[in-house]
Amino acid sequence: MAETILKMSNIEKSFNSINVLNQVDFEVKKGEVHALMGGNGAGKSTLMKILTGIYQLDEGTIEIDGKEHIFKNTADAEDAGISMIFQEFSLIPKFSVAKNIYLNREPRNKFGFIDDKKMVKDSEAIIKELELKIPPKEIVENVSVGYWQMTEIAKALSKGTKILIMDEPTSTLTKTETEILFRIIKKLKSSGITIIYISHRMDEIFQICDRITVLRNGKNVVTKNSADMTMEEVINSILGGSMRSSFEWVERKASDDRTPLLEVEKLKSGIRVKDVSFTLFEGEILGMAGLMGSGRSETVRTIFGIDPLENGKILVRGEHVKIHSPDKAIKLGLGLVPEDRRSQGLVLGHSVKENMILPSLKKVSKKNLIQNKIANEKVERLIAKLKIKTDDIYKEASLLSGGNQQKIVLAKWLLNDTDILILDEPTSGVDIGAKTDIIEIIREIADLGKAVLVISSEMTELLAMSDRVLVMKDGVVTSSLERKHIESEEDVERAIQIE
Amino acid sequence: MPSKLNDTLKKFDWRQNIVYIAFVLVLIYFSITLQEHGFLTQDNLLNIARQTAMISIMGVAMTFVIASKEIDLSVGSVAALSAITTALTMQAGLGMFAAIFVGLLTGILIGFINGYLVTKIAIPSFLVTLAMMMVVRGLAMWMSGTSPIPIINEHYIFFFGSGNVLGIPILLFWTIIIAVIGHFLLRHSIFGRQTLATGGNETAAIFSGVKTARIKMAVFMGTGAMAALAGMLYAGRLQAGRFTFGDGDELSVIAAVILGGTSLFGGVGTVVGTVIGSIMIGTINNALILQGLDVSQQMMVQGIIIILAVAFGRKKKKV
Repeated sequence: MAETILKMSNIEKSFNSINVLNQVDFEVKKGEVHALMGGNGAGKSTLMKILTGIYQLDEGTIEIDGKEHIFKNTADAEDAGISMIFQEFSLIPKFSVAKNIYLNREPRNKFGFIDDKKMVKDSEAIIKELELKIPPKEIVENVSVGYWQMTEIAKALSKGTKILIMDEPTSTLTKTETEILFRIIKKLKSSGITIIYISHRMDEIFQICDRITVLRNGKNVVTKNSADMTMEEVINSILGGSMRSSFEWVERKASDDRTPLLEVEKLKSGIRVKDVSFTLFEGEILGMAGLMGSGRSETVRTIFGIDPLENGKILVRGEHVKIHSPDKAIKLGLGLVPEDRRSQGLVLGHSVKENMILPSLKKVSKKNLIQNKIANEKVERLIAKLKIKTDDIYKEASLLSGGNQQKIVLAKWLLNDTDILILDEPTSGVDIGAKTDIIEIIREIADLGKAVLVISSEMTELLAMSDRVLVMKDGVVTSSLERKHIESEEDVERAIQIE
Repeated sequence: MPSKLNDTLKKFDWRQNIVYIAFVLVLIYFSITLQEHGFLTQDNLLNIARQTAMISIMGVAMTFVIASKEIDLSVGSVAALSAITTALTMQAGLGMFAAIFVGLLTGILIGFINGYLVTKIAIPSFLVTLAMMMVVRGLAMWMSGTSPIPIINEHYIFFFGSGNVLGIPILLFWTIIIAVIGHFLLRHSIFGRQTLATGGNETAAIFSGVKTARIKMAVFMGTGAMAALAGMLYAGRLQAGRFTFGDGDELSVIAAVILGGTSLFGGVGTVVGTVIGSIMIGTINNALILQGLDVSQQMMVQGIIIILAVAFGRKKKKV
């Protein structure tokens, strides 16, 4: 195949004498899509930060097109043709698409002023090359999030990027947007641009990547053609050791006389939730499938008292209740693991402990004064139970990895002894190790007789957990499928897509 | 063991504790340089305590407001208005207790209005309290007819400003009581946790069942009440209610809070830090006076100190 464009050899990097990368070799061929995988702490981001000049390597060499480069800063890496698209987009929302593409490199006219016309024209050309339809003059915050990413790609292209690094690019995209992205990736590839693709989503990796490199504990454990690997092999190399059986569905026994904990009748709220009815029983894990925008998140937001209920009824333990605020919902025994853990689930600047006890302050207090002994003991127990990796209970939540942060959000509700747990995309942006942990915790919660409602766009895990799957489309529950009657993911996909 | 010491040093939060270090350094410096000016005499130290009491008391309440990611610029004006309503009530012959009640109620009511406008009408607190600062100062001028309203009640003058118990000014007792209550509320109570969570991430707090609107109401009523108390103390000390009381105090109070280590971006707060911050500003002002500098120079130094404190205490930028 093609020649090697990037060769990182014997890369060593330590922080405070902790070895993060240990003799890592990483080689990428020209024009390929190369998946870089690994659990949190495996060293992926450190390796990429070295490649983009954010960190400097302790030892080792970086060769591009056979020439050794030393990156002292990000500008050096950019000059060598390397760009990275970060999970948090680095666009200025109030600027137009064109202005963002040429940010800080605006074309000038002969008077030295910014040549807006040329900027728009050049942007148009790049966008056209990507076969996209984004008006370059549109303000970024007015176009859908999916297009933000495209704008980022256009920006990278305008800089003459040769190697493009994408970090979890599909985590914020809808299905259609993902398809567009994949089309662009193929296009970039055919025009000779090399892509390093970081993702936790197995199906995507196999769909678009030519080769896969897996890092574990700061070492390169495997680099292979993706055609020569199975999903299990990849998971095994990420986890190290035998594959866990978490992704296999096991039928959970359900007694016949289960009592319904949560009943929703003809729920209506806003434009997204039109007519939603379902019943959630004790000890049950009810999955919610549907496309982005089908109203799943809005449904649970309404149940939890965040969005106003316009019509319909909610019954908790058979009793008709009015839930005007999350506070009321929590008092009734509900708990929500929200869609976005960083902005909705956690106070990032606060410690693990403070976050965990926030919904349960009364339970760890006497006469309104917090009893640290009780609180610490509960927090310590949950940290052990959920295998949360943290130095101690006082560590700031923002310093933990995505998977561990999500476990804190889960722990909030375990500490509060919630009866009805609602989870909105609980494993998004979470590495595979934490993912299996979370699935197992959810099963355990249901085994204790609590009711679980879980929204997930990842079919594999939805089917791994659910006893029953609700399918939502355009604000309506279109079907309810017993898990045992579901043969494959396609069954659900068909139900989701049906007109 | 050097490694253990190293560990402790690494874990020590310089950003949060800069005020204590600075305070100790300032004390040592002035103790040496101003020895013959009588800096360390009991009289002078008690004088500092007396001069900083009002700022400290308002600072304690302001710590909650800033920790919840809001701001209250109306405290100085509220102090003036409460001093006037208290003095007027006593002048009307309704007695000391009625006067205290009216004074506190004045502050709490304005705090309630501030909180209501911020939470229900959703106007940023900066604007609400900036406007309120003017409205209330104007009201104080108007009600007093711009002339001082004398207070002759001896008990009031003793308990609210001029009294000494065991040689210690009563103002110092007030400061200590308010600081201790504030510290426990912020550090150890449910209310304190919820205040910090509200400032740290309001959405996450709401999703966790915190009634953030109520928390904000409460913190504004808190600054209202403490500004009222400060106003009553000014009145007791000067034996009159004047509309000029507390002019510019809002900035000194905010400076003390920020200097103390409370984050202007919410979510982090320390009452003890605020009080130390307030005393430190007072100490420096006092020292400058002893050195023969005037108000203009005090102001300049105060401004520079705030910039230095914030610069040193700045959170390290993450990559």
